[in-house]
Amino acid sequence: MDILNALVAFLNFVFIPAAAYGAQLALGALGVTLIYGILRFSNFAHGDSMAFGTAITILVTWGLQALGVSLGPLPTALLALPVGIAATAVLVLATDRAVYRFYRAQRAAPIIFVMASVGVMFVMNGLTRLLIGVDEQRFDDGARFIINVRDFREWTGLSEGLALRSTQALTLVVTVIVCAALFWFLNRTKSGKAMRAYSDNEDLALLSGIDPEKVVRLTWIIAAALMTIAGVLYGLDKSFRPFNYFQILLPIFAAAIVGGLGNPVGAIAGGFLVAFSEVAVTYPWVKVAGYLFPDWQPGGLLQLLGTEYKFAVSFVILIVVLLFRPTGLFRGKSV
Amino acid sequence: MSSNRQAASASPWRAPVLFAILAILFVLEGTVRNGMFSGSWNTSLAILNMGLISAITALGVNMQWGYAGLFNTGVVGFLAIGGLAPVLVSLPPVEGAWSAGGPRLILSLLVGLGTLALAKIVYARTRRAWSVALVLLVGLVAYRWLFDPAVTAIEANDSARTGNIGGLGLPVLLSWLVGGAFAAAAAWAVGKVALGLRSDYLAIATLGIGEIIVAVLRNEDWLARGVKNVAAIPRPVPYETDLQQNPAFADFAARWGFGVAEASGIWVKLCYMSLFLVVLLAIILLAQLALNSPWGRMMRAIRDNETAAEAMGKDVTARHLQIFVLGSAVIGIAGAMMITLDGLMAPTSFNPLRYTFLIWVMVIVGGSGNNWGSVLGAVLIWFLWIKAEVWGPNLIGVLVGPLPDGDIKAHLLGSAPHMRFIAMGLVLLLVLRFAPRGLVPEK
Repeated sequence: MDILNALVAFLNFVFIPAAAYGAQLALGALGVTLIYGILRFSNFAHGDSMAFGTAITILVTWGLQALGVSLGPLPTALLALPVGIAATAVLVLATDRAVYRFYRAQRAAPIIFVMASVGVMFVMNGLTRLLIGVDEQRFDDGARFIINVRDFREWTGLSEGLALRSTQALTLVVTVIVCAALFWFLNRTKSGKAMRAYSDNEDLALLSGIDPEKVVRLTWIIAAALMTIAGVLYGLDKSFRPFNYFQILLPIFAAAIVGGLGNPVGAIAGGFLVAFSEVAVTYPWVKVAGYLFPDWQPGGLLQLLGTEYKFAVSFVILIVVLLFRPTGLFRGKSV
Repeated sequence: MSSNRQAASASPWRAPVLFAILAILFVLEGTVRNGMFSGSWNTSLAILNMGLISAITALGVNMQWGYAGLFNTGVVGFLAIGGLAPVLVSLPPVEGAWSAGGPRLILSLLVGLGTLALAKIVYARTRRAWSVALVLLVGLVAYRWLFDPAVTAIEANDSARTGNIGGLGLPVLLSWLVGGAFAAAAAWAVGKVALGLRSDYLAIATLGIGEIIVAVLRNEDWLARGVKNVAAIPRPVPYETDLQQNPAFADFAARWGFGVAEASGIWVKLCYMSLFLVVLLAIILLAQLALNSPWGRMMRAIRDNETAAEAMGKDVTARHLQIFVLGSAVIGIAGAMMITLDGLMAPTSFNPLRYTFLIWVMVIVGGSGNNWGSVLGAVLIWFLWIKAEVWGPNLIGVLVGPLPDGDIKAHLLGSAPHMRFIAMGLVLLLVLRFAPRGLVPEK
């Protein structure tokens, strides 16, 4: 039995990738859950808005790179990120003004909002295609690894290597900062409290003089920031392909529902839960098992599900939650 | 939809006039050759045939949305699973595939389904999570133990040419019904879970099932060869080459003044068109009869006010499940017809923007709740979607004409094909806001 090597293999292939992916999903699910809490609909345009913000960030990154600007070991995209956030915020505020505000005034059924968000999704998708095309783009620069496999082997003398990519570390650090800032904002500032009050009980919030349009605007701006950050981190970590951002919609929704729609803590927990299940179910465990039980010769790869079915994992989690606890683990809204 | 369903006085001539305009568009496409139209009857009929299939899909979606207010975002999956039927029903059997692992494969699938059923029974009886988990674990191991060797054996069987389980060699028209049954089964499973909860949940769950069905078709080579595609699916109509070698047909073509190659293409497309029209009209007839029956009134009552209908003793969730399954079956039939028309099962072509959300644009534009509206919207939007591929670049070409040659001009010209996504999104948003009842409103 070789516990150390098994642990390193587990960290390298399961824990670190799942943690980074979970952080990206958590940021995406936070956006979905905030929009649900305040505007009370599931935003199908979320993935494509993420793609739009990322596309703007990539374009600015290329511009900065052409000017010779760089952040040293950190990716230049971090410098471009504020521009991406600003552009996405302007765009979503414009769509709110042009599309959703009308239905809000009408007090239309939530499903009409969802339908409208599908229209917005088409437009955003087209805008992203116009901006950057449909091909895969890589835009990470700076240091690629914080710990690389060969150095790790030399330091520890273990046969199994461990790699920590800088984008993975960056994802986790940025997510912690963003979540801390968001919870500080929601719990400590007047605007944040107004948002929570509006989410809890719209009529009561209106009676106490909270301006609903201001709350909605604020929500969109925060959601735009979360979308763009999530999208850029995902793009840095994997690569940017607009269609992947449409597909990531399902795990994001699953994360938000698992945690309880409208509940920010739940969204974060849901993001990590979905990511860890997805990676754990699609990882071939034969290597880890080989270290733990050297005498055992398993017939296959000990992989529960092929990686191409990773979306099935989010789907199954979603179904289980819908069957047994439709309001989510952290008791979200049940409107 | 919300409360604005009250019938307004729409002119009774509206639908006929719109259909006439649509017919003129297709005639122009068939006869006039200029910057806008191709002047080829083959192109015109090809667009029409796909438009008719879109119309049947739109009818299915309209049943779910227009009669019951259910938002199905997995249309692509139900089309795809319907498209599986021609492959499994009408292809000739693959030699050796069945003996390689057929019975074992069927057994494994039965074990898989049995496990789920057993888990449900155990849960209902004991309400203990760990006993359910134990059942699922044992079932999963048994399923994989049966399934994996069978699949390996089937896929190893002449994998360059086949490597799939093969079909039954039955007539392809039969597969259309089977496709509907496949889609209905998938819809029942999703609907059973997601209906009766918040309205967005069905949308999210169907988004998931759509992606999973397409992923299964893409990766399960034993089923329909995955991304290696299945070609040469049998046709219900004659082949062009056979027609061209038939002297009687050559005479017939010459009498109408067409070349024999062109005429054979047109003839085949007309055959398909008649088949599709028969199916379309049959579905509309059944749907109209159902809508005007007490059942249809109940459905509309539920849609317009669920609480009131429930207070009158209607089981809203059960009715929703019923209509969801029926609508999905219609979508599945359309999927089987589409694969029959193409003669090719290519899972990579199932794109949700094209096969789910474009269908939604068709239904909303046509007039949700109105079957004829859905047909009109489907054929019209499909025509525009295809022609936008030609018109978009032409339009952009005219618009950027004055610009100096350079990167910006090249980029704009190159990105013209993407404009149609924006255009479709805008059409959906504009119709939803300014004419929520569509081109042909519900009566």
